Amino acid sequence: MINEILWPVAALGGLGLVLGLGLAIASKFLSVEIDPKIETIRALLPGANCGGCGYPGCDGFAAALAEGRANVAQCSALPHDNLVQIAGLLGMDAKSGEKMVARVLCQGDSENCRSKYKYSGISDCRAAAAIAGGPSSCPFGCVGLLACAKACPFGAIYLSDKGIAAIDEDKCTGCGKCAAACPKNGIVIMPKKNNVYISCRTTYKGKSVTSICKAGCIGCSLCAKKCPQGAITMQDNLPIIDYDKCTGCGVCAAVCPRDIIINNAPADKTAVIKAEDCIGCGICKKECPTGAISGELKAVPTVDPDKCVACGICIEKCPKDAITLCDR
Amino acid sequence: MGGFTGILLLLLSTILVNNFVLSRFLGICPFLGVSRRVETALGMGFAVTFVMALASVISYLVQYYILVPLGIEYMQTIAFILVIAALVQLVEMALQKLVPALYSALGVYLPLITTNCAVLGVAIINITEKYSLLQTLVNGIGGAIGFTLAIVLFAGIRERLELADIPEAMKGFPIALVSAGLMAIAFLGFSGLV
Repeated sequence: MINEILWPVAALGGLGLVLGLGLAIASKFLSVEIDPKIETIRALLPGANCGGCGYPGCDGFAAALAEGRANVAQCSALPHDNLVQIAGLLGMDAKSGEKMVARVLCQGDSENCRSKYKYSGISDCRAAAAIAGGPSSCPFGCVGLLACAKACPFGAIYLSDKGIAAIDEDKCTGCGKCAAACPKNGIVIMPKKNNVYISCRTTYKGKSVTSICKAGCIGCSLCAKKCPQGAITMQDNLPIIDYDKCTGCGVCAAVCPRDIIINNAPADKTAVIKAEDCIGCGICKKECPTGAISGELKAVPTVDPDKCVACGICIEKCPKDAITLCDR
Repeated sequence: MGGFTGILLLLLSTILVNNFVLSRFLGICPFLGVSRRVETALGMGFAVTFVMALASVISYLVQYYILVPLGIEYMQTIAFILVIAALVQLVEMALQKLVPALYSALGVYLPLITTNCAVLGVAIINITEKYSLLQTLVNGIGGAIGFTLAIVLFAGIRERLELADIPEAMKGFPIALVSAGLMAIAFLGFSGLV
């Protein structure tokens, strides 16, 4: 009885042991030396396999990095800390990568932009856009059916409470999947440091725009005139910011009558006039591009901190150096 | 029939007449899974050939030198599976080392040779047919060559099917299964050969 159990157990156990030993020995001889760098780099990569770097997934990119065929900056989804670590592993310069984000260039939400018709088909921007350019009466506007959000591997895009796509820039990695998915080409990838941008793409003339959208660019060119750096030029009824010149002061955003220039980094300072030095010449009031300074001649002007963008023009122009920037 | 002629006939019959895929219907999973491109099909064929040839011989030895003397033939299936699993591991390691491109092309189908019923099938047929060690080896190699032949021919057909104008409903696996059936019928023509 006991033999009937023991023999099979011993035979199969022994067989398994012999085969296992054989495999263990074979694994010594046939072991493949995987570059430990690849594993380490792979662990630091985002792992979304978005393909934005041009390699087949994060594994392919990690291998390419380890072999020196790729640059770590090709991964736009990489958090900065990880980028520095990988660059350190590879002995590369970590500064080559610039943080990019996607931005929706439309303010035409349900409150601002008129609808052409009510769309009740497949819930996808591309399907909706195929029918007379989409339900929005603006041909440049956001359709609001979130083809971008579905394409986003990082869950950074959501529907704003007024029905257009909005981007969480902390989650956004600038991989560009949303920009490719948007049938309106309404999403652009730009460096995050460009904190001021024009969030409208209409090239229509002012009158046509006002009939369609309350938040469309009417091409008034006030921003171009007021920009202290001369960084804004008008083209096809739209302002274009030259980011080489732009200092991000936010004057354009403050003066835009349609509120379509977004300033992501509003000034945390405001101009303050020292009464004892002021002679009441009124130059600051005249020079202020945002109209934040008011007051009579021969009196100390007052600064409206809500309008002041801390551009510093008044400080430059004040003949008595009576203006300084202070924390709000 | 004995000697050389017998061996040759056995080889021919396992390759063509009793083809594992097309007349015994064993190993259909990799037959359909890895037959998209001729090169990978060929690689899979060689991997299976190696495993089947070795598995036949080792399972024969296990049967007649371990199971039969101990009177535990009923453990045949589990013992054979053990042998096959270990062999597949070995092949996997060898491929990863020697032919990494083929290793990544075969992907998940390589460890799945473990569960390829053609491999277990050949080991058990060897025993039930009471083949000698030489016949076992020939049967194993012949069966594997038959498998390779079928999968490579099928991959060639499927490569052409990719370009053919096929009705929407028949695209992909439906037309592949129909072609596999037609191939099996064609191989039926060999049945009078041996």
